[in-house]
Amino acid sequence: MSATIINNMDTINESIGTESEERRVIKPFMRLSGLEPLVVRPETNFINVGERTNVTGSKKFARLVREGLYEEALSVARQQVESGAQILDVNMDDALLDGETAMSTFLNLLAAEPDISRIPVMIDSSKFSVIEAGLKCVQGKCVVNSISLKEGEAKFIEHAHICKSYGAAVVVMAFDEHGQADTEDKRVTFCHRAYKILTEVVGYDPQDIIFDPNIFAIATGIEEHNNYAVEFINATRRIKELMPLVKVSGGVSNVSFSFRGNETVREAMHSVFLFHAIKAGMDMGIVNAGMLQIYDDIEPQLRDLCEDAVLNRREDATERLIQFAETVKAKGKVVEKDEKWRLGTVEERLSHALVNGITDYIDGDTEEARLKYPRPLEVIEGPLMAGMNIVGDLFGSGKMFLPQVVKSARVMKKSVAILTPYIEEEKLRIQAEHGGEIKAAGKILLATVKGDVHDIGKNIVGVVLACNGYEIIDLGVMVPAEKILQAARQEKVDIIGLSGLITPSLDEMVHVARELKRQEFDIPLIIGGATTSRTHTAVKIAQEYAHGVVHVLDASRSVTVTGSLLNKALKPNFLAGIQEEYHKLNDAFRNKKQTKQFLPIAVAQQNKTAINWGAFTPVRPKMTGVKKFENYDLGEIAKYIDWQPFFIAWELHGKFPQILTDEIVGVEATRVFNDAKELLKKVIDEKWLGANAVIGMYPANAVAADTIQVTPEQTDIAPVKLEFLRQQVKKAPGQPNFSLADFIAPQETGKTDYIGGFAVTTGIGIEKWLDKFKAEHDDYNSIMLKALADRLAEAFAELMHERVRKEFWGYATEEHLSNEDLIKEAYAGIRPAPGYPACPEHTEKYKLFDLLNATENTGITLTESLAMYPASSVSGWYFANPEGKYFGLGKIEKDQVTDYANRKGWTIEEAEKWLRPNLEYDM
Amino acid sequence: MKSLQDCANERVLIIDGAMGTMIQRYQLQESDYRGTRFANYPSDLKGNNDLLNLTQPQIVAAIHKEYLEAGADIIETNTFSSTSIAMADYDMQSLAYELNVSAATIAKKAAAEYTAKNPDKPRFVAGAIGPLNKTLSLSPDVNNPGFRSVYFDEVATAYEEQIKGLSDGGVDLLLIETIFDTLNCKAAIYAIKKYFRESGKPELPIMISGTITDASGRTLSGQTLEAFYISVMHANPFSIGLNCALGGQQMRPYIEELSNIASCYVSCYPNAGLPNAFGEYDEEPEDTACIIEDFAASGFVNIVGGCCGTTPDHIRHIADHVKHIKPRQKPELAETLA
Repeated sequence: MSATIINNMDTINESIGTESEERRVIKPFMRLSGLEPLVVRPETNFINVGERTNVTGSKKFARLVREGLYEEALSVARQQVESGAQILDVNMDDALLDGETAMSTFLNLLAAEPDISRIPVMIDSSKFSVIEAGLKCVQGKCVVNSISLKEGEAKFIEHAHICKSYGAAVVVMAFDEHGQADTEDKRVTFCHRAYKILTEVVGYDPQDIIFDPNIFAIATGIEEHNNYAVEFINATRRIKELMPLVKVSGGVSNVSFSFRGNETVREAMHSVFLFHAIKAGMDMGIVNAGMLQIYDDIEPQLRDLCEDAVLNRREDATERLIQFAETVKAKGKVVEKDEKWRLGTVEERLSHALVNGITDYIDGDTEEARLKYPRPLEVIEGPLMAGMNIVGDLFGSGKMFLPQVVKSARVMKKSVAILTPYIEEEKLRIQAEHGGEIKAAGKILLATVKGDVHDIGKNIVGVVLACNGYEIIDLGVMVPAEKILQAARQEKVDIIGLSGLITPSLDEMVHVARELKRQEFDIPLIIGGATTSRTHTAVKIAQEYAHGVVHVLDASRSVTVTGSLLNKALKPNFLAGIQEEYHKLNDAFRNKKQTKQFLPIAVAQQNKTAINWGAFTPVRPKMTGVKKFENYDLGEIAKYIDWQPFFIAWELHGKFPQILTDEIVGVEATRVFNDAKELLKKVIDEKWLGANAVIGMYPANAVAADTIQVTPEQTDIAPVKLEFLRQQVKKAPGQPNFSLADFIAPQETGKTDYIGGFAVTTGIGIEKWLDKFKAEHDDYNSIMLKALADRLAEAFAELMHERVRKEFWGYATEEHLSNEDLIKEAYAGIRPAPGYPACPEHTEKYKLFDLLNATENTGITLTESLAMYPASSVSGWYFANPEGKYFGLGKIEKDQVTDYANRKGWTIEEAEKWLRPNLEYDM
Repeated sequence: MKSLQDCANERVLIIDGAMGTMIQRYQLQESDYRGTRFANYPSDLKGNNDLLNLTQPQIVAAIHKEYLEAGADIIETNTFSSTSIAMADYDMQSLAYELNVSAATIAKKAAAEYTAKNPDKPRFVAGAIGPLNKTLSLSPDVNNPGFRSVYFDEVATAYEEQIKGLSDGGVDLLLIETIFDTLNCKAAIYAIKKYFRESGKPELPIMISGTITDASGRTLSGQTLEAFYISVMHANPFSIGLNCALGGQQMRPYIEELSNIASCYVSCYPNAGLPNAFGEYDEEPEDTACIIEDFAASGFVNIVGGCCGTTPDHIRHIADHVKHIKPRQKPELAETLA
């Protein structure tokens, strides 16, 4: 209110200046614009930066973008504007998204919505290429979030120059080459250093600079953290005194990180923190405006306690705030260690145990129920199913998350295991007496297809379906089509579910569909797994089989799909709906294809990555030949873990570590993360898994546009030609058509270049533990162990890559990167794997394995579809050239397929088989 | 000799009037446009006014001289559409650079002639950079609002080629004009900064002139005037202003607003009123001049002239009306917030 009046007066003053002879004065306010201006004056209130159009912060937004539902994603932006956001933060940093495309698509659409695009945009990414893609789509003066000195002055200056040439303001994180500023002095000096570079070297206007001096969690119980808020506030004051024209911003919710789950306390902490930070000069922040409490409205006792903690006024501030927090919690929410539920009836106790995933009392409670009910089966059909129905409802309505459901299933399985002998006994007795039979809700066969060993997702689906009363026939992994069909017939199953993760599995699924048709099956087929998609299912699989093919995105959808397919009344309509949808997708796919432009392969080969080989001196690796590592220290490997994909495996979506404090999934994410760490500790301490690796480095030159000749120095390894593929889509001017072969010096340069290879596994000996969990009916820990082994394998690959860069190849001996930077791939050189986007053709993996003698050296074997076993394995090539980058091959045309077939000594048909996911044309 | 800056501090500068309107008077036919060089060119060339830089340079030069004679301090090169993107309409993409060099050379020669006649009134050549026939912020397909017919990099590349041509031809400043999509303008700014950074030549002064399309007070791409100004401030322009779409009368509130917020010089070259029922501009030179005189007397403007429908007569009247009026004083740039 008051700010509005002051603003108006300000305008009036300026106008008076116009009319009189007095010279007009223009103040160095920060000025941003969307369709309308945003001028930040001293009287302007704290500026809310809308945070929900951020895939790492909003699960809903992430899902909408991932599914391409941009229209709906726009409505998230609209809500932000309507609820008072003055700047819109847009972030597309998600492993599953092409960040550049998602950013430009969304911003282009945003431009057509005047009610949203009236406010300035904050382009938010940790990848600068995504930022620049965004800058090219915005007409207003926007904000880049963020740049920093993390990668050194040269990069900082380069990025700042680019931001300036688009006229953007910048958020600068308080980092230097060694890390984050965590003291008051460091915050001030880092910011001042960045300021001097920006204003003196780059020529930035000071009012276009926003500092983010790092808000950290306080009241964590660790003494050093107690003063973090004070130091932020003091640093803010000093920054504003030293550099009065800059702005200060920050992510406010970090401060209350240790009170996640307790919104009352968190909101109070945020308000208290902001109250003081704004007084010290903080101008803007990424906040959930709806969550902020008015400072004066905070309960006085809580406000004092928060103030003690934020301002670090007394030594026992944390303790007192925690004590208070407990009472707040007890008032509103269920206290976890409350044992009161034990006083209920046995039905209530079973239900509680199921919903809360508690196995502690399940044996006794099951036994008690068995004695109470006339027949053991009635325990399952009665209290257990009632409990699981609650779980199903909560899961279906998004109030429970996958890890909880899996835990519930563990309780269910344990209980059922106790009852089974009695049921069997009864069954025999009934059969002897009447010849009757007991029937489940439906029988579902699940299998990971031939050539593929990945089954985490399939197992989750199995658990979820079993929870819903279906009988699951799980054939495991690498299951050939014949075996699937045979088991389906023998067991009289109602539905077949296929899963797969690697691209050749897509073909195998098409094969299974054809076989189902040939052998005249009439049961529906469900398709799932990471590489599968609705479009692929519609275009390739559904065409082969007429009795229902349905793609299921994740475990939570599998229940409704199965329910619809097994309900005689619903099934016809459901399948008709799916068929119509797939028909449209099929049409859309075929129509869409015509709009893309492709270059003849010869032309694409001319447009290769421009590398000045004359100025390039290849670094000779410090070692040649291969080197193997056996039983590598798992503790060391664990330091390199990137946790983000771990949460994706559990279908919890969000960026790590922010996901732990996410409004919706935070509590559950924290729980599953704690369980993971506990299990990981056991795995490391008790050496559950064997970690083996092999690396190799060899002289190599590009001998044709897309061919690299590898000539090992040791005579026992045969020279080999590696064949690569080149992007064929017509690129924007100045953009090359990438091929990995571009990153190795061509032979005609006369310079010997090098290529490396690696294969690592952390899955040696995993079977024993999986069997153990299976015997204990513990799917939760079984899935957990597999997910951890996958993380360890990726971490091991990251670790080896670092050692190669610094030690064994030694082209980056000076590199110092944090784990975060490693995850962001902030280093020089790449390690693409055959079968992945830059070189999607899997059979090159044979050459890699031959060069490394990988099977003998590590114990990793290849299936006929080139999947690696153990599943927790990673392999790939090392490219050291600093120009080397990851890219997606995209679609290719027939001329390149022909060329590739020639190079591989294949027929066109063979080439098409292996390249199918990348073919632009229909075969 | 006085610099552009000196002249701008001392008086209200005059920029020339319409090129297209003047070319129409010559009633050129297809063969005139073609000249001998393009006699057998496969596409229709009538209406490609920028091509006259190559085929009828004497006409372009004659028009420039009429404006210089009328009192213009700044004349614009005949290069409104001389980019590879706009020239694609005539299948003449590859001529873009040459068109700019020759247009700049013609204008520069005419200006030099008049400067020599009266060194106290030096004449300057502004390289005209038009808005393109494709836009970066708007979809040409109403059913697909996210679609773009052109991308930032393509636009920036096309502009950079034009800028190189203008610079090589010797222009004194660059004028990004008739901006209806700010993102196109940002691509031009990006190209200018890039060209001068990479070529190592000293950067030429930049004039930026936007277009408010109607009484909504917004650009075609939807920005308010202030938002537009804020979006292009990073060019650090010599002047900011408005041209086209509106007559002087309709432009007044926007020019007033701009003069309040702009830290650089302010320019204004409106159409000769709004078009009449036949699509012709019929505001009399004296009427246009009176409107602009009022802007100058109110302290709104530093550079004035005309756009569509204006003629050397209009410019002569405008120059006459503003010659004794003090130019707008640039505001003081405070260094503190208080």
